[in-house]
Amino acid sequence: MMTRKEIEEIMKKTLELSTADQTEVLLINQKSALTRFANNQIHQNVSEKNARLSIRVIKDKKTGTASTNILSKKSVEGALKKALEIADNASPDPDFKSLPKNKELKEMDLFSKNTANYLPIDRAKNVAVIISRANRDKLTAAGAFSTGALTIGIANSLGVLKVATLTEADVNTIFMSQNSSGYADYYAKDVKEIDFHKLVNSAAEKALKSVDPIAIQPGRYTVILEPAAVADMLMYLAFCGFGALAYQEERSFMSEKLGQKITGENITIWDDGTSSDTLGLPFDFEGVPKQKVILIEDGVAKNIVYDSYTAHKEDKKSTGHALPAPNVYGPQPSNLFLKNGGYSTKEMVSSTKKGILVTRFHYTNIEDPLKTMLTGMTRDGTFLIEDGEIACGVKNLRFTQNILEALSNVEMVSEKTELKQAFFGFCRTPALKISKFNFTGATEF
Amino acid sequence: MQELINFGLETAKNYGAAYADIRLIRFKTQSISVKNGKVEEILDSENYGFGVRSLANNSWGFASSFVTSKKEIQKMAALSCDIAKASASLKNKDVILSPVEAIKERYETPILIDPFAISLEEKLSILYEAEEILRKKSDVKISQSSMNFILKDQIFASTEGAWIEQKITISGAGIEATAIGEGDMQIRSYPNSHGGQFATAGYEFIDTLGLKDNAQRVAEEAVALLKAKECPSKTTTLILDGSQLALQIHESIGHPTELDRVLGTEVSLAGTSFLTPDKLNHLKIGSDMVNITADATIPQGLGTFGYDDEGVPAQKVNIVKDGIFVGYINSRETAAETGQSPNGAMRADGWNRIPLIRMTNINLLPGEPSFEELIADTKDGIYLETNKSWSIDDKRLNFQFGTEIGWEIKNGKIKRMLKNPNYTGITPEFWNSCDAIAGEDTWVVWGTPNCGKGEPMQVIQTGHGASPARFRGIQVGVGR
Repeated sequence: MMTRKEIEEIMKKTLELSTADQTEVLLINQKSALTRFANNQIHQNVSEKNARLSIRVIKDKKTGTASTNILSKKSVEGALKKALEIADNASPDPDFKSLPKNKELKEMDLFSKNTANYLPIDRAKNVAVIISRANRDKLTAAGAFSTGALTIGIANSLGVLKVATLTEADVNTIFMSQNSSGYADYYAKDVKEIDFHKLVNSAAEKALKSVDPIAIQPGRYTVILEPAAVADMLMYLAFCGFGALAYQEERSFMSEKLGQKITGENITIWDDGTSSDTLGLPFDFEGVPKQKVILIEDGVAKNIVYDSYTAHKEDKKSTGHALPAPNVYGPQPSNLFLKNGGYSTKEMVSSTKKGILVTRFHYTNIEDPLKTMLTGMTRDGTFLIEDGEIACGVKNLRFTQNILEALSNVEMVSEKTELKQAFFGFCRTPALKISKFNFTGATEF
Repeated sequence: MQELINFGLETAKNYGAAYADIRLIRFKTQSISVKNGKVEEILDSENYGFGVRSLANNSWGFASSFVTSKKEIQKMAALSCDIAKASASLKNKDVILSPVEAIKERYETPILIDPFAISLEEKLSILYEAEEILRKKSDVKISQSSMNFILKDQIFASTEGAWIEQKITISGAGIEATAIGEGDMQIRSYPNSHGGQFATAGYEFIDTLGLKDNAQRVAEEAVALLKAKECPSKTTTLILDGSQLALQIHESIGHPTELDRVLGTEVSLAGTSFLTPDKLNHLKIGSDMVNITADATIPQGLGTFGYDDEGVPAQKVNIVKDGIFVGYINSRETAAETGQSPNGAMRADGWNRIPLIRMTNINLLPGEPSFEELIADTKDGIYLETNKSWSIDDKRLNFQFGTEIGWEIKNGKIKRMLKNPNYTGITPEFWNSCDAIAGEDTWVVWGTPNCGKGEPMQVIQTGHGASPARFRGIQVGVGR
């Protein structure tokens, strides 16, 4: 990995060389590795060292961006020259006001030596724990276990200079029998936090309990969505409209809805990249400190997230949600939270006369972003609940559902939350019990 | 460079690799987009590095780096062997590679005009011109046009003596109008959604797309959709245009024929496949008229190349013949495991990723009738164009697609416009319901530039030859 000093030097030298009105340099350096297993053996095992230097220049309100992963002086000068040429050819954007100025950051502990120094043989030893449990239960295990470190540096000609190094360890596994499967995952800064035995218990239990699934008719059911399924729904909801660009272009479900009730009162959603309950960052990709932003509070649409460009358009301040430039998606939430409730999953099941418990969704996609209409499949642990108990596994179902409607029909929220991966970061959610969830199709397994 | 790569291969052998290959790649990309009369994005990017894939103790290891020095290549070659040995600590069978000829060759995408030699000014003038026409309709609130170019310059070398240099050029462009009003939002795009149409071709391809000529129609249709009738919920005859059918082929035929999915090695992300080995040469996956090939040799196909990332020559293989499922796309490892010959489908999306089995150009071969004859021959049904959403289960059976636009067909004529159309089905039932495929004059190799697979995620370009086709008894208007 490059040192903080090396990263700062490259960024400072690039800024010094630039003749633009304003210049921003983003430098990312990463070292990561991933062990993939299937059929109870390791079959793919990879490592990567990479970097990305991205230069954004602004001349007379015209923007140019160029990037390279070759960090020699000549290459950096070439990328800067290219960015300046692009700016010369671009059209001026009257809505561009300025890159952000420097602001103080909240200190965050993002790094774990355990994760950064993890070896291939260390990963293999923990994958062995997973596979050994699968063999014991006569199941087949597949999954991926990755560890890595990432340094993100961002500097601009107005005095921003931020560098953070973070680590991340992710593991996911699917346990399969001939006709059933179960899923579990975990995400942590420190690889030693991962309890592999707990992880395999969960995946194995689901696979064994859902053996010989029955087919049920599609229709509207009460569902208990476990955190992975809720997180999937939430990240698509966020993509449909928690960002200021979608809002300003009137293609967000939040457009003209701020201050109005859009979900049930038991729903509060916020974004907070500085929380210790997520894997966050103290600043965004413009170097702006990340703010906690309440998006929906007690069912009422409250706020959206901004980067410096969209904030300036409304004479507001950036909330620290910029993605790397150039960014056609606009600002996006990166560390979502859905407020927990007071129930255990057991209580949610025992209070359900007839319903379906969903472990997670697969291949979800947006059919209508304004109406928050999604479709997708259930996967890896779908169960029928009868008279307050898990009765058996069911063959997987397709849902076609308006998500805001689903969040208006939430009957119970679990106390326990779990951290899950999302499009631009992470999402911490509880399980939800939702009535009248619309399953529109079924598959054969 | 040859010395450096050979040094890397020798190092891998010295560290215990029975086989090793190195791919050294330089990428150059350019993305340009115009939105609402302004430049939205211009990004020029370059990316350079190498990856060493080693087979040691009969298991795989891979290490890659952006630093292309002799010291680093030595380090990565050694690391790839260490990783392979860690893999071997948890194996229940040895990796065996199907034999291939060690080829020494050079392949280049045939191009007339280097897209990177064309000025930004010229590219922007084409994009501004088309985008301005979209904006003339007042209900079009977001007007966009874009171009994308990729140059991949690669050396593949293996310890078996292969040395293949390849230069792949990709060009693509498209326009999109978003109409917003009356609490609704509707999108129309051209030539295709998701960025337009893409090909392995030079800048000359952009001129063939006719962005400006189609802009007015695209804008008018986007606006008209705001007031169009909602697609009804019913079971009906469905005609799909070539671009939507391309994605249908991609998701429901292409992915399940990937032999790694079939053998369970992609289960942790994308899933497996309903096309289990017992179905090969037996399953009637489609009606008699359904013939599907995997063909990496089609001129300009987005999945066209000279050699795959294991050094296997690009080729054409049958996937479905007269409705019977007859072939997988494979790798050297999966070919050996199943007693097949490698058919050249292993590709990585960069130097920092291992090759996986990826679709090449998966094509539904054309039938006889013209599109007009297809419509005229349909008494009652719905015609759908241009993909908007897609979803399919993890064995590739239950699918649901949404398209940008639809039309009623009544008594052989296209009638009312329909908005928010979607349709659903089960793969073999759907393809067995196909009773007409339009002819060669409407057959296009549609480019899918964004196919995701693997962990870490890889995004690769595939192609799908298709002409409009008709399917009977399909459920449309799902979730209404």
